[in-house]
Amino acid sequence: MSEMDDQKVDDGTSNAITRRKFIMGVIAGGAVVGAASYHFLSPSHAPLPPYLGERLISLNVNGKVRRVDVMKQETLASTLRYKLGLTGAKMGCDRAECGSCTVLLDGVPYYSCSVLTHTVRGRKITTIEGLAAPDGTLHPLQKAIVDEQGFQCAFCMSGFTLAALAFLKKHPNPTRAELAHGVSGNLCRCQDYNKILDALTRGAEYMRRA
Amino acid sequence: MAVTMAVIRDVMPAFDLLQPTTAADAQKLLEKYRGEAWALAGGMDSFDWLKDRLRKPRVVVDLSGIDELKGIRATSDGVEIGALTTLTEVGAHPLIRKDYSLLSDAVEHVASPQIRNQGTLGGNVSQDVRCWYYRGGWPCYRAGGETCFADTPVGRNREHAIFGADRCVAVHPSDSAPALIALDAKFVIRSSKGERVVDAEDYFIGPNVEITRINILQPGDLLTSIRIPSSWAGARFYFEKIRDRNVWDFPLMNVASAMVLNGNTIQRMRIVVNAAAPTPMRLKAVEAAVAGKPANAETGEMAGNMAVKGAVPLQFNAYKIPLMRNLVKRAIVGAQEASWA
Repeated sequence: MSEMDDQKVDDGTSNAITRRKFIMGVIAGGAVVGAASYHFLSPSHAPLPPYLGERLISLNVNGKVRRVDVMKQETLASTLRYKLGLTGAKMGCDRAECGSCTVLLDGVPYYSCSVLTHTVRGRKITTIEGLAAPDGTLHPLQKAIVDEQGFQCAFCMSGFTLAALAFLKKHPNPTRAELAHGVSGNLCRCQDYNKILDALTRGAEYMRRA
Repeated sequence: MAVTMAVIRDVMPAFDLLQPTTAADAQKLLEKYRGEAWALAGGMDSFDWLKDRLRKPRVVVDLSGIDELKGIRATSDGVEIGALTTLTEVGAHPLIRKDYSLLSDAVEHVASPQIRNQGTLGGNVSQDVRCWYYRGGWPCYRAGGETCFADTPVGRNREHAIFGADRCVAVHPSDSAPALIALDAKFVIRSSKGERVVDAEDYFIGPNVEITRINILQPGDLLTSIRIPSSWAGARFYFEKIRDRNVWDFPLMNVASAMVLNGNTIQRMRIVVNAAAPTPMRLKAVEAAVAGKPANAETGEMAGNMAVKGAVPLQFNAYKIPLMRNLVKRAIVGAQEASWA
């Protein structure tokens, strides 16, 4: 899958049906069926109290308002990946233990696997898809990661990038140890930490210059 | 590892999500649904239980939209911290850093940056134990069953208690709790009967009192804030956390202490160790014994030896005895002075 296909996914105006888009459509359909079956399987309890909230909500994702149907118990990682097609947030452990699902809420990194989507209405959600400029120009931090080839398999990369971005905005010129501590909420199973820190250090430099 | 459990990755079972915006409404909802309700603060402990299907609340009361439960303010006698204030905010707040750095130090040792951004002070002190048998869904004493799987000849109990075990041998995992007890904090709890204020150390209950609960909150109770009096402001503080990894991990043990000195003589001291027992352990005998003594290695050793008296190790955690002895010594003389020649 090339860089360009990922760009197309974010651009809701594109008419081209990519293979990725088609698969996403299938996944979204599956999620709806899944939601319905949960709803009807649940009456081991008494009926739920009267509905107090809307299931169809608006989320501010990467600067766009997106309308989406969200179950009460749904996590933000699920909504982003399976309802909005933003698969940059990876589902690693689903237990707030690995960091690969990290996204920014009002600029602060959170594990999206451990946030209920209904609790972030009205907050600004930033995923890795929202980092590049509208014309596709990479964010300086992304550019540095490409230049340094900082990640091996890169499953953890979007989480690391967003955690590092939030940290570098507060600490533009960190030592290597400070930077390591700043991204200590993210794990890399390739154990590629040295190269990741090289790349993020370069990213700090690019961000200072930008 | 002896215990494994399939990690379930699909969506959590259905619950209704109620999102009150005032503490009064939240308390009323918790009162209304009682045992069927789950109070959700940061969620860092909650979601494990819900995702693993070990707790199946009918109603989740999300507290994150209640502004009056957030923030830190100076009071006439110290500071008051809303229970929903995040650990990141507690750790960064100038009032806390200036006079109560024991607490900012402690919360900065909690887990990871993301967890501190989301996890709250009220949640950190109210979290459940980490024993993997219990959290893995085994029918142990704490889960209402009739055995302990950790306290057997082959049970995995390296992280478990050396004090206070009573059928259950799990330890209390909080880093902020010992700091708050050392600072003589008060916990403010709202219920349908009104507001009550308890000493931090009385918030936690061990298995000898009630084995399936970890704190005094009853259904319908809401922890709203934590007050720190100024009596220990600016004291000499010591916090140290020992864990297997440098970040992210729960403590194998931690120590938090506040000491007021006259010259080098200890006037008064409060010292608390956690992850040694099912509740944070205030060492009152040590506090009494060190008063009036110089803060030196000799006093530290005496205090350390006194602290571990009566410890009962399990099969794999005897290392916690010298660990605790040394942490207590360090709290009195500092890590440098306490090093063994």
